[in-house]
Amino acid sequence: MISISLMPTDRACASLGRSLDRPRCHSCALLLLRLEAREGWIRSRGCCGSWPEHRSRRPYGFRWDTLCSRWCLITSHKLYSSVYDPNEKTFEKLLIANRGEIACRVIKTCKKMGIKTVAIHSDVDANAVHVKMADEAVCVGPAPTSKSYLNMDAIMEVIRKTRAQAVHPGYGFLSENKEFARRLASEGVTFIGPDTHAIQAMGDKIESKLLAKNAKVNTIPGFDGVVKDADEAVRIAREIGYPVMIKASAGGGGKGMRIAWDDEETREGFRFSSQEAASSFGDDRLLIEKFIDNPRHIEIQVLADKHGNALWLNERECSIQRRNQKVVEEAPSTFLDPETRKAMGEQAVALVKAVKYSSAGTVEFLVDSSKNFYFLEMNTRLQVEHPVTECITGLDLVQEMIRVAKGYPLRHKQADIPINGWAVECRVYAEDPYKSFGLPSIGKLSQYQEPLHVPNVRVDSGIQQGSDISIYYDPMISKLITYGSNRAEALKRMEEALDNYVIRGVAHNISLLREVIIHPRFVQGDISTKFLPEVYPDGFKGHKLTDLERRQLLATAASLYVAQQLRSQRFLGTPRIPIAKSKRSSWELSVHLGDGIYPVAVSKHGSSFFVEVDGMKLNVTSEWNLASPLLSVTIDGTQRTIQRISRNASGETSIQFLGTVYKLQILTKVAAELSKYMPEKAAEDTSSILRSPMPGTVVAVSVKPGDMVSEGQEICVIEAMKMQNSMIAAKTGKVKAVHCKAGDTVGEEDLLVELE
Amino acid sequence: MICCTDGCACTLENCLGGDDIRSLDCGYTAARALAVCAAYSPHIPAHSLLKGSRFASSVRKRAVKRAQCLFIGGGTESGKLTARERILLLLDPDSFDEYDMFVEHRCTDFGMDSSKNKDFTVFGGSLSGAHAQKICKIMDQAAMVGAPVIGLNDSGGARIQEGVESLAGYADIFLRNVLCSGVVPQISLIMGPCAGGAVYSPALTDFTFMVKDTSYLFITGPDVVKSVTNEDVTQEQLGGAKTHTAVSGVAHRAFENDIDALLNLREFFNYLPLSNRDPAPVCECHDPSDRPVPELDTIVPSESAKAYDMLDIIHSIVDEREFFEIMPSYARNIVVGFARMNGRSVGIVGNQPKVASGCLDINSSVKGARFVRFCDAFNIPLITFVDVPGFLPGTAQEYGGIIRHGAKLLFAFAEATVPKITVITRKAYGGAYDVMSSKHLRGDVNYAWPTAEVAVMGAKGAVQIIFRGKEANAEEEYVDKFANPFPAAVRGFVDDIIQPSTTRTRICHDLDVLASKSQSSPWKKHANIPL
Repeated sequence: MISISLMPTDRACASLGRSLDRPRCHSCALLLLRLEAREGWIRSRGCCGSWPEHRSRRPYGFRWDTLCSRWCLITSHKLYSSVYDPNEKTFEKLLIANRGEIACRVIKTCKKMGIKTVAIHSDVDANAVHVKMADEAVCVGPAPTSKSYLNMDAIMEVIRKTRAQAVHPGYGFLSENKEFARRLASEGVTFIGPDTHAIQAMGDKIESKLLAKNAKVNTIPGFDGVVKDADEAVRIAREIGYPVMIKASAGGGGKGMRIAWDDEETREGFRFSSQEAASSFGDDRLLIEKFIDNPRHIEIQVLADKHGNALWLNERECSIQRRNQKVVEEAPSTFLDPETRKAMGEQAVALVKAVKYSSAGTVEFLVDSSKNFYFLEMNTRLQVEHPVTECITGLDLVQEMIRVAKGYPLRHKQADIPINGWAVECRVYAEDPYKSFGLPSIGKLSQYQEPLHVPNVRVDSGIQQGSDISIYYDPMISKLITYGSNRAEALKRMEEALDNYVIRGVAHNISLLREVIIHPRFVQGDISTKFLPEVYPDGFKGHKLTDLERRQLLATAASLYVAQQLRSQRFLGTPRIPIAKSKRSSWELSVHLGDGIYPVAVSKHGSSFFVEVDGMKLNVTSEWNLASPLLSVTIDGTQRTIQRISRNASGETSIQFLGTVYKLQILTKVAAELSKYMPEKAAEDTSSILRSPMPGTVVAVSVKPGDMVSEGQEICVIEAMKMQNSMIAAKTGKVKAVHCKAGDTVGEEDLLVELE
Repeated sequence: MICCTDGCACTLENCLGGDDIRSLDCGYTAARALAVCAAYSPHIPAHSLLKGSRFASSVRKRAVKRAQCLFIGGGTESGKLTARERILLLLDPDSFDEYDMFVEHRCTDFGMDSSKNKDFTVFGGSLSGAHAQKICKIMDQAAMVGAPVIGLNDSGGARIQEGVESLAGYADIFLRNVLCSGVVPQISLIMGPCAGGAVYSPALTDFTFMVKDTSYLFITGPDVVKSVTNEDVTQEQLGGAKTHTAVSGVAHRAFENDIDALLNLREFFNYLPLSNRDPAPVCECHDPSDRPVPELDTIVPSESAKAYDMLDIIHSIVDEREFFEIMPSYARNIVVGFARMNGRSVGIVGNQPKVASGCLDINSSVKGARFVRFCDAFNIPLITFVDVPGFLPGTAQEYGGIIRHGAKLLFAFAEATVPKITVITRKAYGGAYDVMSSKHLRGDVNYAWPTAEVAVMGAKGAVQIIFRGKEANAEEEYVDKFANPFPAAVRGFVDDIIQPSTTRTRICHDLDVLASKSQSSPWKKHANIPL
């Protein structure tokens, strides 16, 4: 009877694998609750003493802040087990120089620590969740970030006015801005993060690499300079170890890059690259560097105080990325063995000590297929994906950051840092995954419901039903974190959580996330930073239904249709008796799904439907609550959570099934038969019109009516969510009309330019 | 009598009898005929009507043959269904009993063969005396028992060959449309050309729906227009679905094709009571009546000049976000339509701040007034969402008679005796405040959201008039004093200032209380609405 979802301590006990006296643990939980009112220390023998932190300090005592226990019980943050000591002096008031989920995340911990909070917001965020959560909120400017969240003058003014003693910058915005940290310091306000020196050192790519090298951290081995001849190139390549990458130093990015796997290829690469270096750039220098094949992106969370103590809090695997942005993260990594983990952790700590780092930070590594790891960069802030580390270590990183900033030493030793179970995080974005793995979408969240009823789910979000996803800020809706005693359990929960997540009004990437976490390669842990382009070379197309799944979908859709039809005939308290001649119990339907039309026969038996599709009989049972956004359906014993996104009188229905939204049209057999005779509506000729693929701002229009454009020529540029997108002509022709001008705000599918 | 979607009765016009084999060689394939016949099979007299009867076998044979031919109806033009196919889709299976299948028309002049008397597929569905007689018969019965009338119109107008008999037929139908008005709901679905006299029957009914690209409504066709006014105009421009739903306001909504239209009509029909003697229908409802709607607390923007979509408010308050909008593309500054609250049908009227700031003009007043009167006639409670900056100023409006037309909406709200619930979401300025179902017009429950501003006019204009721009901080003072719900609330003109998220709960509760509302106006022959 251990209630894992509610009591973090139980979870900690269970996952540490200590032999648990079940009733005792349960009674301990009861005891905790009962004693809450007395606000005292709570001692519970045996089971809770297993928590590492207490093992080190008070072998058999357990200390539990009353506020914390209550908070943990009622919020989504049930996955930390940190201790909040009400007697430890801390800041009185803290300003959060950020917005969205990270601002909410920081406020939650501040509340637990008893710190008053000040939120800053822009005009459009006046009703945002972080504004409501904070004790005080001050507007710092209009919507564009440069005028609000990056507006240092305004923020400094707010700090003076509200007398905040410390500032938590979150991530992004001013979090790694040394100027901001300097200005805070000059006014005697504590910056919750490392000092300016560390920010500066780690912010510079060359300097950080140099520092890392000196601290004996593995960096990508390479040679940059004039190579005399092919033999020398081979010698250098052998020193580095194959495979190597050869290119002209002056060439930017991947231009003219050649990969060599042996001596022969090195000679060839040298020949081409040195020629290119001389002819194209007039610069003989070559760069020979270790080529990291199929790299993984694995990072180490570090935590250091101002007294020279530093810890590594294990790794996070962040290889699933699109356009260099992480999508799915997990901790620990399937790939690392304890030795590699330890080596990486120790090098990370060495780097931290070398720069006299304090606060939480992240050291990013590239790891190749043979577990060689190389330093990439260090992020001197709280990372987006910090919750997975919190889940497996039980630490509240925000609390630790605040404590460190206040000058307290760390409470933990390296040996105390556990890996409890497995945590996975999916970044839920308001974007259309079918367009290059995610193009931003904006709009109002007309319906929004987080899957918090699923056990061991944590959702970090800064929005609620009715919130706007605007073009001004990052389109992240939330971070969905699931926890399990092992990876399979965490992934299973993630599947369930994604199915139970209701997001309406904006496009979202749930379908992509769900596909990634059930993909066999991901499940096996065979991932790299190229996972998405490798698995979906032609772009993401949604879940591909198996025959059985298709039948399940058709049966569910048909049953829903019949349930709706039956309900629409049930009137309450009608004065007249219906004069239908017979009570219907079977329906012949025709369901249009994708390119196929499927005949489906439905018959009703009590509360369940028997559905015949493709010659197979399926039994579909549900409560058929047609108003609920989530519908739990049991199809021949298989439970599925589906969402009916929309329906209309014409039989068109969209159903979210296995994460992907399928469009169906359900008609009676006769209507389907007759619909063949309906006229085809002429589709719009899309080659001569240009529509905005997403909402955004027009940055530039490079044509005017009457201009001739050739196919592929840039017509205008649209900026959305910090991305500039070039709109090109789909055919050669004369511009007939231009419907936008620079500076306009356009919506998705808005007409931009017409060609003749 | 025909059994319809919810098991109630309705009747159909324009479905005339007539046997015709021609159909099979004008594109009506055998497969299609078979499909329809199969669906109809229970109704073929051979299986029901005549079976076991004492008819002589020859009579039975003749009857069966004729009936079977009829199910094929006429032939088809491309993209349209036959009359009986339409009925098949519109009604619940097993619920249509056809009357007067054997009636034939009487005129035999001009080469007309008595056996080819049909709906739209032959003679363009032109109206004959016999045709009209059938329609009148069924309408009389519908009015008597209290059953809605649905017309599926597809007719070229009067049958010229029949002369005055056909005109008389029209008048007979018009009279019945008028007599039925306010007694039973009358719905017209225009499914083909409908020209000349034929257009006045839909015009007299409560709702007119059209099918895009295949239906037209006009008094005179493009040829006559060309000869009289020398205007070049296509059928579509003159009287297509787009023209009537967006420009003229003759039609209330348009659908993609025949099937789409009929299926939507089925859905629409469920919102209506059968007659003025029945209360508004109450459906089984799964959406909790006390569901909080948190997004409403932030939906009204903080700047009073900023627009928002009233449809967002409506969708989030009504059952299951289902709202059947009437005239969605005409006078878009007012939103009207049907929805359900805790299962009960309600009529919703709302100003639309997104379009022309939600002001009232001629078209929106007329659109609103007609809808309000329909709801009042058929016992459908009215819920009004108010965000109105006033009536639209300007010569175009004044010359067009905004005074006369605006008065229609005022008249309609004042006259209505159904339960009336009003929610002021933001602005309720000037005369428009009075008009929009205010407490003074016998509003039953009037709520204001905290964002409400009930005043004679906006602060800026008011201050300019009062102080001629001399007082610097007068605007602030005015806002403080008047641009909020308190002045109205202290006088009892709004019953309560409510948290927006509780709006649904409050309205559902009020509707339950008001279900037994009874209110009457002084005796009169009829009121004289300013037309």
